[in-house]
This record gives sequence, structure tokens and C-alpha cells, in this order.
Amino acid sequence: MLSVQLAELADQPLPGVGEALDLVTGFDEALTNGLARLGEERASALTDLAGAVAATPLGDRVGEAAAKVAAGSVSEENVTALAGGRTALLGAVHDALLGRLDAALGRERDSWAEPPAAGTTDNLLSGCRSWLNELAITGWRGVDHDLVSAVSQTMEALLSEPRLRRLAVLIDGLAGELRASCPVATMEVVPARRWADLWARALMLTQAGGLPAGSGQPVSGRLLVLGVDVHEHATAVQAQVHAILEPADGGQSRLVRTSVAATKVDTIVGSAVWRLLTGAPVLLNALAEHRSLDIKDMPLLGGGDLIWHDDRATAGKPADPFTTARVQLGSALAPAAPPLERHPVRLAEPVLVEGYSVPKGDEMVFDLGGKTITVDTGRLPSCGPLTPAIVRGSESCIGLLRWDAGRWLLQPLAVQGTVKKLPVTAHNGDWAQGPTDPKIAKAEARNGDAVAVLRERAGRLLRK
Amino acid sequence: MTADRTAWEQHSVARVVSPVRPRKLAKVPFVEMADGRLQGVVSSGSDISRVYVSSVTAGTHTYNCSTNNNRPCGGLYGDMCKHLRSLVDEAVLQYGQDRVAGYLRVELAEGERLSYHLNGGVERTQGAAVFSRFLSHLAYLELPMTTEPIAELHWFPSTGAVG
Repeated sequence: MLSVQLAELADQPLPGVGEALDLVTGFDEALTNGLARLGEERASALTDLAGAVAATPLGDRVGEAAAKVAAGSVSEENVTALAGGRTALLGAVHDALLGRLDAALGRERDSWAEPPAAGTTDNLLSGCRSWLNELAITGWRGVDHDLVSAVSQTMEALLSEPRLRRLAVLIDGLAGELRASCPVATMEVVPARRWADLWARALMLTQAGGLPAGSGQPVSGRLLVLGVDVHEHATAVQAQVHAILEPADGGQSRLVRTSVAATKVDTIVGSAVWRLLTGAPVLLNALAEHRSLDIKDMPLLGGGDLIWHDDRATAGKPADPFTTARVQLGSALAPAAPPLERHPVRLAEPVLVEGYSVPKGDEMVFDLGGKTITVDTGRLPSCGPLTPAIVRGSESCIGLLRWDAGRWLLQPLAVQGTVKKLPVTAHNGDWAQGPTDPKIAKAEARNGDAVAVLRERAGRLLRK
Repeated sequence: MTADRTAWEQHSVARVVSPVRPRKLAKVPFVEMADGRLQGVVSSGSDISRVYVSSVTAGTHTYNCSTNNNRPCGGLYGDMCKHLRSLVDEAVLQYGQDRVAGYLRVELAEGERLSYHLNGGVERTQGAAVFSRFLSHLAYLELPMTTEPIAELHWFPSTGAVG
């Protein structure tokens, strides 16, 4: 990424984005206090939200819902329509941001092709919906242990249903935060945007057709890894690999993501999380050894997600992600975002940044010819070698462009540079087969293998 | 402060729960602060298939320890047993002393060991619920891995690298 591209990305505000987010903030305040007791000001926040989507196909539905909820009819149907309106607004913000990003980087992007719908619903989903509706009626400020616990049984059933894993992981993440914050009434500040985001997405996923199926198109070719983004909450971990796919048929190279995820418990942290993903040994080996991968007939979804099948991949030759980024990133075709996933939080566009300086200051920024971008040092995972110090000493960085709370951020996935006069290269996936840093390996050995200890306990106690 | 506060409220990605600190799990595989108690499961030192359910109640500082079959712990007379002390010590490692002491409502001077301040005496409580939560906890590790992308995890970045 060049200085002029950074300028184009961030210098001018995007028309309408601030206004859209203000409407979302109004809705989120209403949700914080509960839709059952709105008062005049918060009722008008709902009307304003409805006004913003009035010209869309959702318009009538959301308008009616705002009026009914303001009049005290907080039904599941009305609440869902409002959540849909909020989702549509943030989807539009996402599109504006992504459009700006593509223009600035000169990134070519595929268009979305809607796969055939598979709209199913069942009792489990309706169980989730009623809990989410209870939350909306009560408001975050009214959440207590009883309300959080009310989802426990549904949660256990959700987890045992592989088809609904995505929803289970989301609801467990939200419930975990609510539980830790109980009683929310005593919290000084409520993470209103975040919880409303999670709540609204969960509500969307529980609608018929909310969990898009689509089996994807089989693809074959060479996969060149750019880096890995690690996601984690108390009971889940996901490694999402960003890579370039060179199709075997010689077509245009594509930017793709591929993910492996596992459920876990809160006491499994740091590099131990990789041990939960050992079901994908070929992928983990490629991350640890910086190898390319040859894949055959792996499904690629419309949103650029390659559904990983470890048995359809073989390790290829060593491939330096920095070389891949330098040579291929500029011309690869980027994927479209699936409609229901459009939200600023999903923006995670791989970029290569070089030739920057890192000025001293509380907040780490990369200075690229006078233009700066904030480095998201809160997104450096404990399961990899990147630390704020290593990033500070870096000269080249493969990262993800992200956006939150009104500004662009750079999340490093890999860096090259100099620390204490020695050359250093560090990639998030370097420890995928165990820590390569002797200090970390020793600390881990001292604590024992958390995964093995708990599996032993599970083996002995669960099946009695 | 107001500006910071507003900013935090308007972040999609904001840290609400701090990740727990790594610790040895062999002796105390499970500890939680829930239902008004610090409670957890302690592996028996002598019998590999036996565990103890130990708990301390916030405020009253009464405590209990029994086997998973609800037999009272033999070490529990006059004072806390070794299982309860382990539970408290490991909780401090996992969550930090301030958080645990705050939850139990104990005022501690610096350098004091939390377990010495819990003198409420024995109060029999049912351990079955805690044990069953421990089993649900373990069940997370029994689920198969998935390769379906979980887009919602973008709200939950892995964090915590230091140095």
C-alpha cells in the first residue's frame, strides 16, 4: 500500500456514513434500555431508523415495526424487522467502505451470485429467537443471571448440531460476555454497539434462510498463503487463512480465505489453541513451514471462503508470503461479500505495507510518507510470535485493513524488520505446530499440556 | 473521559472479558465464579477417577468440599481442606487476586494469601450442579472441528500478545 493510496482511503470522509452510524447509535441506545420502555426520544430513534430504510424493500415492514414497538407491541416479528433495518444500514456502511477501499487500492472485486436458497427453520432456532427477543424487551441494562442462564439449555442443543455451529459460537460468545458483566445495571458503560451487533446478527441467522448454505464450486490449483488471522473467545477459536489461489486451469488468481475452527474452554489459551486444530495437519504444516499448498476439488463459496478439506490438499514448495504479497496481491480478484455478512467488522482486506516509519507515541502508527494508519496492536494473538515490540521494529508488514468506530486500522499478520539490530521475520502462524520460541515453549511445558489434561479428565469422567 | 466513553460504546470490537491467564490444570481442572460462589473441581491426589467439588460462598465465606458422589471431604474439619486451598490459589492464578477477592468480598492487604481470609466455616451445599457444569465445560473439547467459516468470529479477535 502506498502513501497516495492511504490518502485516498482515509483523507476524505465518506458521505452518509456518519449519518447512518448516528441512526445506529440511536437504535443501540434504545436497545440498551429495553424496547419495552422507550420513552419519546428513543421511540423517535426507531422512527428515524425506519425513515432511513424507507425507500428500500424493507421500508414498509420496518416503518410499521417502529410504530408498533413505540406503541408497546414488542413482538418477535417487530423486533426482527427493526434488527433487519439496523443490519441493512450497517450493510450500506460496509459497502461504502469497501467501495472506497477498492478504489484506493485499485482492487478488482467479483460480483455476488446468489446461491439457491435453503430456507429451513426448526425449534432450536425459535428457542434462540425468543431469548434474543427477551433481551430486546429487557434491554442490556436489565440483563441479570437468570436471563443469561435462560439460554443454557438451547445452547447445549445448538452445540450438538454441527449445522448450527456458527450460530452456537455467536450466541455463546454473547452470552459469555453478558454473564461476565452481570448484573449489567452496575456496569459504568455498556458496549452498546458491540452487543447490538452480535444480537442483530444472531437474530438474522435464526431466520429461515439466514444461514446461507450454498455448496460452492469445486476449485483446484496452488494456494499461496499470505497470513493467518486468529479469532478467539472463551469457548471457540478459529484460524482464518488469507491466501491467493492460482487456479489450475490458468484463470485469474483469486484472493480467498479458508478457516478451521474448534470449540474450546477458557483455560486453553496461547499457543495451546493450535492443538485444537490438529485435524487439519496439512494446513497447519504449511503455516508453520511457510509452504504453498496444492489443492484439488475444494469447494469455494461465493464470498471467497474455501471450505478446507485437509485430505484434498498436499504440501507444496516453500513459499514466502512476502513474495506472494509483492508479486500477486495487486492483481488478484477479490471476492464479493455475502449479503447478510455485510458489516464493517467483516472488512479484513490483505495489504502489503512497506517503507514506513514508526514514530514514537502512545498509539502505534505506521507513517507512510506523511500519511499515517493506526496499527491495531490489540489484535496480535497470544498464539503467535508477533508482539507490539516486533511490530514497532518492522519495515515490511502483511496486514488486514480493518475499520471500526470511524477509522481504518491495520492488523499485522506478518512482519519483517530489525529488533535489537538483528533481522526478524514473524508470522502469526509460525507456532501452528508448537512454539518455535524456546522461552514460550518452556513456559508452556511448565504448565503442562492443557488440552491433554482436560481431555484425560473428559475421558475418565464424561463417559461414566 | 466522555469522548473515550462514547468511543468505547461505539466500538464493534471492544474487549469485554479479559482472557484468563494460563495455569497448570492438572490439580484444579475447573474453577468459576458463578451463582454467588467461587466453585470448581479439584482432582483427587490419590484416586485418579475421583474428583472433589469445592466451593466458597461470596460474602459469608462459608465453604464446602465433597466428592463428585456427594460424600463429604475427609479433610474438612475446623479449617479449609487442601482441595479448597488449591481451588482458591488456582482461581487467583487464573483471574488475578483482585477479581477473585472482589467477587468473594474480601479486603486484602498486599502480599496476603486470599485463602487465609476465608473463615466462614463449613456450610453443606449441593455439589452436583457444579460437577455437571464441569462436564458441560469438558464437552466443548469433545466436539469435532469445523471448516465452515464462522464470519461472526470477526467480532472476537484473538488478543493478548505482550512484549
